[in-house]
Amino acid sequence: MSQVKQIKVNAIKNGTVIDHITAGKIRKVLDILHLEGNEVVMVGMNLFSNKIGRKDIVKIENKELSEFEVNSIALIAPEATLIIIKDFEVAKKAHLQLPEHIEDIINCPNPKCITNSEPIISKFKLTDDQTSQVRCLYCEKKYLIDEVKIKK
Amino acid sequence: MKNLISMRDLTTKEIMHLMEVAAKIENGDIVPDMQRKLAALLFFEPSTRTMFSFDTAMKRMNGDTIIMSGTKNTSAKKGESFADTLQTIAQYSDIIIMRSPIEGSARYASEVVDIPVVNAGDGANQHPTQALLDLYSIIKTQGSLENLSIGLAGDLRFGRTVHSLAQAMAMFGANFKFFSPSFLQMPQYIKDDLKNSGIKFKEYKDMDGNISDLDILYVTRIQKERFADPEDYEKVKGSYILEKSMLSDVKENFKVMHPLPRVDEINKDVDNTKFAYYFPQAKNGVFTRQAIISMLLGEV
Repeated sequence: MSQVKQIKVNAIKNGTVIDHITAGKIRKVLDILHLEGNEVVMVGMNLFSNKIGRKDIVKIENKELSEFEVNSIALIAPEATLIIIKDFEVAKKAHLQLPEHIEDIINCPNPKCITNSEPIISKFKLTDDQTSQVRCLYCEKKYLIDEVKIKK
Repeated sequence: MKNLISMRDLTTKEIMHLMEVAAKIENGDIVPDMQRKLAALLFFEPSTRTMFSFDTAMKRMNGDTIIMSGTKNTSAKKGESFADTLQTIAQYSDIIIMRSPIEGSARYASEVVDIPVVNAGDGANQHPTQALLDLYSIIKTQGSLENLSIGLAGDLRFGRTVHSLAQAMAMFGANFKFFSPSFLQMPQYIKDDLKNSGIKFKEYKDMDGNISDLDILYVTRIQKERFADPEDYEKVKGSYILEKSMLSDVKENFKVMHPLPRVDEINKDVDNTKFAYYFPQAKNGVFTRQAIISMLLGEV
């Protein structure tokens, strides 16, 4: 067992670990997590990873992620691993996947898009391009995932 | 086909079927009867040509229209939501044909109402009926949509007509030549789409001497207002004006198209040549829109 795994498994009794976050994306991940301010949160940045080179990691005690939070993190850090810890043991481990359909997670950056003037659930779809891009299903504009803002 | 919102929703098979229906309507082989059918033309943004074309299409089939032009006299001014306006209009009519400066508004309308919606232009996004009438004009003059050489000239950056046409023709394997001033070039995302589809295109600064191998030259207007310095406009405008003298070595089947209105980008001396096709193109818009409306209302 690697040092990182020992830390994440042993350090919290119950909660969630998000591992293999691409280095540099931790701030965006923390923005997505609806933290109250009183949780125990441990953050590692630029740690060595056999799998992805450099990685960020976050451990949050006594928190289970909502579906919205999981989908949002999958969008900005699709290579991340989600680990649920129960009583110091790994209860569940899942590799996040970039969802093909993205509903109610992103705000469309196009100010002329109808989703920015009417109360509409935003809908995006991954494009077939090699780079990670999404297309708004309303205004049909295409954006790099790094350009879009996740809803609060 | 339940609605017509975007060219992206259509397959080549659906496009070809629509072309066949338009041809049958034009030839009188199909006479759709829209008696007792009412189309609501909701034009939140001013338009004369597209609105009249739809109005004509409906009336040519014995149907009728209710027209809202602009937002001045609508309930939106009283604070009514867009969704409520649409749902109310849907109670009166059989089909909604709408234009709006807000991008994605026609898609949203199609989700809100349970009658067919036709997008007659949503901001800089889509204008699918224009693209379809352009395709119909091309197929009528060239006999096919496959593997043609198409020139697109003028404002290729802001013109949604040329964007839709480029994307639509790419489905049929066209070769493109783009003629525009450097800052009004075809947007990168369209060029990326073309590259991804394996479509060849080349960009030029001048039309003269570069059109002899084309089947179609599609000219659009360059708006003077796009230029920060009027002098820059004066310097380049001549390169994008088509004159009769430039047509001496074009192909026999060559046709000049334009979405209209024209200002001075096609010289009047081109009008009387056999290559001018912009006015028949406008007429084709009526047949194409008749086909679209009657297909959406299940009449053909």
